[in-house]
Amino acid sequence: MTTSTGSQPVKGRSRTLAQQEQRQAYRLLAIPILILIILILFPFVWNIVLSFQELRLIDLGDLSLRNLTFTLDNYAKVLGARGFGELLRTTVIYAVFGTILPIVLGLIAALLAREPFRGRQLFRGVLLFPYIAPIVAVTLVWKTMLNAQFGIINVWLQNIFGMQPISFLSTRSLPIEFLGLEFKWPVALTMVILFQGWRYFPFAFLFYLARLQALPEDLYEAGKIDGATLTQRFFRITLPQLGAVTAALVLLRFIWTFNKFDDIFLLTGGAAGTNVITVQIYNYLFGLSNVGAASALSIVLAGILAVLLFVYFRWFYIEEG
Amino acid sequence: MTRESWEMLIFGRILRWIGIVFFFVICAFPLYYMIMLSFKDVQVLLTNPANLLPDLSTVWPPKTYLDVLKPVSQGGQGFMVFIKNSFLVAVVTTAITMVVCILAAYASTRLKFRGKGAVNWGLILVYMVPAIVLAIPLFVMYSQLGMRTTVPKRLTALIIVYLSSTLPVAIYMLRGYFTTIPVDMEEAAMIDGCSRLQTIWKIVLPLSVPAIAAAGLYVFMIAWNEYLYALLFLLDNPKSWTLSLGVNQLDSQEVPRTMLMAGSVIITLPVVVLFIAFERYLVGGLTAGGVKG
Repeated sequence: MTTSTGSQPVKGRSRTLAQQEQRQAYRLLAIPILILIILILFPFVWNIVLSFQELRLIDLGDLSLRNLTFTLDNYAKVLGARGFGELLRTTVIYAVFGTILPIVLGLIAALLAREPFRGRQLFRGVLLFPYIAPIVAVTLVWKTMLNAQFGIINVWLQNIFGMQPISFLSTRSLPIEFLGLEFKWPVALTMVILFQGWRYFPFAFLFYLARLQALPEDLYEAGKIDGATLTQRFFRITLPQLGAVTAALVLLRFIWTFNKFDDIFLLTGGAAGTNVITVQIYNYLFGLSNVGAASALSIVLAGILAVLLFVYFRWFYIEEG
Repeated sequence: MTRESWEMLIFGRILRWIGIVFFFVICAFPLYYMIMLSFKDVQVLLTNPANLLPDLSTVWPPKTYLDVLKPVSQGGQGFMVFIKNSFLVAVVTTAITMVVCILAAYASTRLKFRGKGAVNWGLILVYMVPAIVLAIPLFVMYSQLGMRTTVPKRLTALIIVYLSSTLPVAIYMLRGYFTTIPVDMEEAAMIDGCSRLQTIWKIVLPLSVPAIAAAGLYVFMIAWNEYLYALLFLLDNPKSWTLSLGVNQLDSQEVPRTMLMAGSVIITLPVVVLFIAFERYLVGGLTAGGVKG
C-alpha cells in the first residue's frame, strides 16, 4: 500500500496542489485499475486470440505466444454446427421470457405491497428469499420439488388431478390439446423460464416498490376528484410513471439472462431442449475439450450482446430525443 | 354499487389478498420444504412423499446434518472441509476487496484527476462483461501458471477472480454513499495536519459504517454463493471444493435427497441470517446492483 504525502512538504521539485491531488488519486486507484486490466481487459483480448487457435484442452501446456496461429475453423465449426439455429432460438426465447416474467411478477408484487398492511415488513423480507439464496440451494430445491418420483408437485398433481407423474426438467415436450388443436408444450424450457420468474422477480419488485412509494399522492387525489376509478388511475396515472424504471429493468435483466450460465446448467444441464449458448460454451470446453471452439462461441455471445445493446441505446436515444 | 366501489372490492380487497397469499406461499414454501426434508429420513420421504411434516426422530439428534458434516473417512460427506474453504475464500475476498474499494471510491469521489470519467465508465463496462466470456481465458491462464494444482493455489486463484468480479459493485455502492458525506469535516482534518490516509481512517470510515457494512456483506454473499468459477478452478480436487460446488457435486452421486437438502440449508443459512440481521442496510443495496444476476 502507498503512503500518503498529503500535507507533508514535497521533496525535490515542488508541485502544485492540483498535481499532488492527481498523483494521490492515481495511487489510490492503482490497485483496482491494475486488477481490472490484468483480470478483465487482458483475458478478454486473450479470449479473442484463443478463438483463432486450434487448441484442445490437453494441449494447453504447449501453448505459448510463439506458436500462435490464425484460423477461422473454430467460428466455422460453432456457427455451422448442427443445432446452432436451435441453440440461438432457445437462448433468445429464454432471454426474452426470462426477462418479461420476473418484471411482470415484480410489478404485481410491488402493487400489492404498496399500501401498508399488517405484516408488510415480513412480506417484503420473505419475498426477497428467492433472490438472495445461493443458486445451488434453490436449484436443488426446485429439482427436488419437481422430481417425478417423490417431488411434491408431482404428488399434488397425482393426488388432486389424478395425473401421471411428469419428469419436468428432463421432458423436452408434451402434446397438449387445446381448442381441438394439438400443441407441443416445451416442458423443460417452460420450467427454466418459470424459475427465472421466481428467482428474479424480487429484483423488479424492489425497483417498482421504491418508484411507487415516491409517486406524489396529489396525483391520485386529483384523479379521484375527476372521477377516475381504481383501474383508470392505474392505467392513466401509475403506469405512465413507471416507464423509466421498466426500461432500466428490461435492459439489466435481459443482459443478465442472456449471459446466465448457472441456472440452466444446474437445473437441466442443458438437456431436454434447454441448451443455451452459455451452457454450450461449457460443453465445448469440457465435454469436447475444444478450447478454441469454446472461445469462439463466447466471442459470438459477447458480439450478439454488443449488437443488441447498440440497437437498444440507438432506439432509446431516438425515443428520448 | 358504483364502478369505483366494485373495483375497490375486487382489486383492492379480494384479488389483493389472493395475490399477497400467492407471493408469500411461492417464496416461503420452497424454503420450508428444504428445511423440512433436511429433518427427514430418506425412506420416509420415498414411502410417503405427500407428508409435509418433519420426522421427530430425525430432528433430534439431527441425523442428516451429522452425516453430511462427518469426515469422509468416517462415512460422512466431509462438509466441514467445504465450509472451511467457503469461509476462507469469502472472508479473505471481503477483506481485500473492502480495503481496495474504500480507497478507490474515496479517490473517485473526492479527488480531481484526469481520466476520472474513463475510470467510472470502465467500472460500469466491467460490470456488464459476461462471466462465461472471461472464464475460458482465466482457466487457460491459471492452467499455464500452475494455479490449478494444490489446494492453497486453487483457492488463491479463486479469491483473485472474486476480487475482480466484486470490485465494481463495491466501488459503485461506496461512491454513492461517499458523495452524501459533507466535505467540510475532511477539510478541517486536513487543515489540522491529517494526511489523506489519516483523514480516510479517522473521518470517512466512521461516518460510512452503514455503507461499508452493506458493501462488505454483498461481497461476502457473492463470494459465498458463486458457482461457475469454483466449478472451473476446483472441480478435479475435492479437497478444494467450496460449499456450493460440494453440495452440487453430491447431487450427481448416489447421495440421499434429504442429505442434499441438509447441505442446501447449510449454504443458505449464513446468507439468510446476515440478511435478516442487516436488512435495513441491505435492501437499498439490492437495487444498487449488490447482487448481480
